[in-house]
Amino acid sequence: MQSLIKRIKAGQILVSDGAMGTALFEKGLNPGDCPETLNLTHGDLLREIARSYSEAGADIVQTNTFGGSAVKLSEYDLGAKTEEINSLAVTYVRESVKEGVLVSGSCGPSGKLLEPYGAGTPAELQDGFERQISALVSAGVDLICVETMIDINEAIIAVQAARKIAPSIPVIATMTFDPTPRGFFTIMGVSIADAVEALVKAGADVIGSNCGNGLDKMIEIAREFHKVTDTPIIIQSNAGQPENQNGRLVYKESADFFADRVQQLISAGVSIIGGCCGTTPDHIRAIRKVVDTIENE
Amino acid sequence: MEILNQIADLLEKGEDKSVHDLTEQALKNGVPATQILNQALIAGMDVIGEKFRAHEIFLPDVLLAARAMQAGMELLKPLLTLAEQSGLGKVVIGTVKGDLHDIGKNLVGIMLKGAGFEVIDLGKDVSPEKFVETAINEKAGIIGMSALLTTTMPVMNNVVELLKQKKLKDQIKVIVGGAPASEEFAAEIGADAYAFDAASAVERVKQL
Repeated sequence: MQSLIKRIKAGQILVSDGAMGTALFEKGLNPGDCPETLNLTHGDLLREIARSYSEAGADIVQTNTFGGSAVKLSEYDLGAKTEEINSLAVTYVRESVKEGVLVSGSCGPSGKLLEPYGAGTPAELQDGFERQISALVSAGVDLICVETMIDINEAIIAVQAARKIAPSIPVIATMTFDPTPRGFFTIMGVSIADAVEALVKAGADVIGSNCGNGLDKMIEIAREFHKVTDTPIIIQSNAGQPENQNGRLVYKESADFFADRVQQLISAGVSIIGGCCGTTPDHIRAIRKVVDTIENE
Repeated sequence: MEILNQIADLLEKGEDKSVHDLTEQALKNGVPATQILNQALIAGMDVIGEKFRAHEIFLPDVLLAARAMQAGMELLKPLLTLAEQSGLGKVVIGTVKGDLHDIGKNLVGIMLKGAGFEVIDLGKDVSPEKFVETAINEKAGIIGMSALLTTTMPVMNNVVELLKQKKLKDQIKVIVGGAPASEEFAAEIGADAYAFDAASAVERVKQL
């Protein structure tokens, strides 16, 4: 099995998986519950989700560890179980995906804003990510994905934690941007150019954006990334903005809608295409099909 | 008054120590506490709110300005009457039971305080009973509820129902927000208002 970076350098377009959180809620996770507790109680459910994305053709499937940093888990009094929760998550994915599928260790925000804006200290966040990433790496993930970041300093801390724990493991880092009249910024005010510079310097191998936007805005974001960097780009788009229909959240961009736009993402320089909130195995299957067609041409 | 403009400017820049010092100076000069509150602190936060809404500034600037406002408020609070402290009114806010997301709700609290409301923040995972009891005990006129998840939205409905049961629906207004909420949803459950984001929450609460 070739490594992630070799495959990208060889010009391959890789497909990553779709939503975890919205999939869990579909399957009955109680909204107040910490999604990562399912790693302790519902391995079957997590195997099922991983298998569904692998069968849909994803090259990369993520662990259910988005909120798995020790800082975030401590919010639910689960800090002491950080190692167990992250380690089990890797096992479920590895057991369920096809040979050759890369297992990606998801690392989302700690939930604490760094000083002076909030109560989090760099040392605390670093320790939280290091514990999570150590557990993920020991359990055998193929790469680390630092995602949905809004604060560049927290993203740097997480990427550096991964680099320190496993110097040779590929690290993906994504941030969530909002469209503003002056271009794309995270809610903390990080521009795409600032994100590129800081994430690459911190040691990320692949950078890009996930969540927050539907696919058309994500194509614009990809182009902005491509203008300022040669580093491989990943885009994991929501299936549109959530809309409220009779008390249910509905994501309206269909699998066909995604399929129609795969070529635009590739033209915008994207190397890894996947989904975020509201995307399903159907979306991933549709992306896979278009990518295969393009690669066989 | 020059010193009040200076305080407002410093607040907008998030200079909490300078805001504290100049507020102290203004009080020494004999400027009434209410005037400092309204024409310096709230005036500064108004500008911050407008700029944030226009995407001219981002969350860090809002958080630092709010901290600077608190630095001034600490000095003013003992000098204000209870009525003046609650300023435009008291608002009980929280994220509804079963929902643990609170960045948006915290932001609403910051912006409301900045606009001169007294805010009682019940935090995350708040039950309908707790919202209503607190509003009654604290004599708050408004309950603000946030939810990120659709499945927890019925809890907002329960708060409105509880107020109806207690015949308090006319005295205590309800405003809802959060990603899955909408104007239609607010109307459907009988809430008095819906706010799309933290900045518009302040506008809507003022109108209640």
